[in-house]
Amino acid sequence: MNLHEYQAKQIFNQYGLPVPNGVVIRSADEVATEIGELSTKTTVVKAQVHAGGRGKAGGVKIVEGRDAVTSVAQELLRTNLVTYQTDSKGQPINALLLEDTCDIARELYLGAVIDRSTKRVTFMASTEGGVDIEKVATETPEKIVKVSVDPMLGVMLYQCRNIAFALGLQDKQIKQFSKILQGLGRMFIEKDFSLLEINPLVVTSAGDLLCLDAKINIDDNALYRQPELREMWDPSQVDQREIAAKEWDLSYISLDGNIGCMVNGAGLAMATMDLIKLCGGLPANFLDVGGGATKERVTEAFKIILSDQNVRAVLVNIFGGIVRCDLIAEGIIAAVGEVGIKVPVVVRLEGNNAEKGAKLLEESDFNITPAQTFQEAAEKVVQVAGGAK
Amino acid sequence: MSILVDKNTKVICQGLTGQQGTFHTEQALEYGTRMVGGVTPGKGGQNHLNLPVFDSVKDAVQETKADASVIYVPAPYCKDSIIEAVDAGIKLVVCITEGIPTLDMLEVKYYLQNKNTKLIGPNCPGIITPGQCKIGIMPGSIHKPGKIGIVSRSGTLTYETVKQTSDLGLGQTSCVGIGGDPIPGMNFIDVIKLFQADPRTEGIIMVGEIGGTAEEEAAEYIRDHVNKPVVAYIAGVTAPPGKRMGHAGAIIAGGKGSAADKFAALEEAGVFTVKSPADIGITMQRALS
Repeated sequence: MNLHEYQAKQIFNQYGLPVPNGVVIRSADEVATEIGELSTKTTVVKAQVHAGGRGKAGGVKIVEGRDAVTSVAQELLRTNLVTYQTDSKGQPINALLLEDTCDIARELYLGAVIDRSTKRVTFMASTEGGVDIEKVATETPEKIVKVSVDPMLGVMLYQCRNIAFALGLQDKQIKQFSKILQGLGRMFIEKDFSLLEINPLVVTSAGDLLCLDAKINIDDNALYRQPELREMWDPSQVDQREIAAKEWDLSYISLDGNIGCMVNGAGLAMATMDLIKLCGGLPANFLDVGGGATKERVTEAFKIILSDQNVRAVLVNIFGGIVRCDLIAEGIIAAVGEVGIKVPVVVRLEGNNAEKGAKLLEESDFNITPAQTFQEAAEKVVQVAGGAK
Repeated sequence: MSILVDKNTKVICQGLTGQQGTFHTEQALEYGTRMVGGVTPGKGGQNHLNLPVFDSVKDAVQETKADASVIYVPAPYCKDSIIEAVDAGIKLVVCITEGIPTLDMLEVKYYLQNKNTKLIGPNCPGIITPGQCKIGIMPGSIHKPGKIGIVSRSGTLTYETVKQTSDLGLGQTSCVGIGGDPIPGMNFIDVIKLFQADPRTEGIIMVGEIGGTAEEEAAEYIRDHVNKPVVAYIAGVTAPPGKRMGHAGAIIAGGKGSAADKFAALEEAGVFTVKSPADIGITMQRALS
């Protein structure tokens, strides 16, 4: 689960990390009452969306005075921000963060992830903050310093000092940086982060460190023990079909093609998309219907898939495993009947009683084509969806 | 021969009396797995499915001399259950449960560093040696004793692979689902090492997925240490990059992790790569002849 910048900064505040003074508004009218909280001559207005690249997309603006802030707020709120990290529709802007500005002497980068290879929380820092840090990582990897954190010890002071020196920090900045890094280390573990990023971490002209931006990603599996963070969930930033899917424990991701897919298991679901593509078709979605492919779940899955207007055919690929295929077939037939599906449906069932399942599908009154093998299923669905592109 | 489990492996189930534990233990018993007991704290002394129930793994090991344990307890309690099994001296722990917090697994891996316990999973179908021992949720019927070792990050895609090798008469020595979580117990290399050493295993199939660098690391290992034919498929060539937030993940991966990167690394290591998931079995058959 992603947090908004203002939510991430609330957590930073809890841990005593330096963030700019700021307020959150949800309508332009609030500017008048809230701007009194700010103290600098200019104000930075930052669109709160779950995507990077906001600055270049026009989602971050520095303006002077209440009227200018109000007009920027009117311009941004209730619109969608399209950045290089969003789809073509963009992300809705429902909140703005208004902050005091500062004079920036240097822009640094500081991030942390769970590194799968070392199986540790790893911090990364660079003197090249603010710019395209991924480019720095590929072109000049020596400009990125990394330290991994021992799970039993946490972030050690010497590690903070080493990074601070590598970043060219001096005097009081080293102490400030250590406080930030140790705070982040504690926060990462206590709040079940999976990703954290401050880009940029700035040195102000007065020589102080300040976390100018903040991105936090929380491990979904740990939300059960993070009630405070669970409250921060903003459904407006997620595809509505993905939310509907979540309610039924289905995993759905919308794509650009025209062949709807319903598969059990994430690996098989990806493999099904790959095979459709190899056969010349384009998948309209990823959908993992999970372990219990019951009538109810299959029905909901069909509803979600068909809410995408581009879908011309649906491929159901279920490896029954322990569940009997004839039961799954009955579920599919009932679901097709209930949802009233107009497009052709190709079904491939494998596992116990697969033949019995296929026979039931064949004999049903609906436009369902059974397929025996994985390959045949993919070929058939590409054909009924209008042929290879 | 086989790896990790065979007909002599004595297995207990943590979470035996729960719905999942009960259902899959029944299936395992039917398959012929030597289930010797179960653990449900507070229900020690009872019988369930004609198996003795114990309050702790320690008690169960003492009474049954179990070698392996399979875990079906809910995700919030898995860290505790895995470590309890390790401390009780269980040699092989198979954790089926999905949805365990990543930081819990990070601690578990740290704890396992200098222990003699091997962990399979979590979020995996388990391990099976066809005709001898099934620990997990995979359908026993699609497996056949044979000569291929299968290791996979996926669940149902593993079944697909198994079925293809069974249909072609190749069969399997053992199949290990290492699970799809970011921090798994055993990884590709751990399992491939065992298949390379197992005289009955003539060929190895690895089924990977996009994300992480486990496949790239395995490729390096295969290049240097494996002389048996290896066939690999990576799911997710068509998966979209997805909405991303921040760059830290991309930096740490250092430009690795896409299906194309993984295929390239594997091909360079002399692995037979398969672009169509329907061709995994047939490619292995060709590789062997």
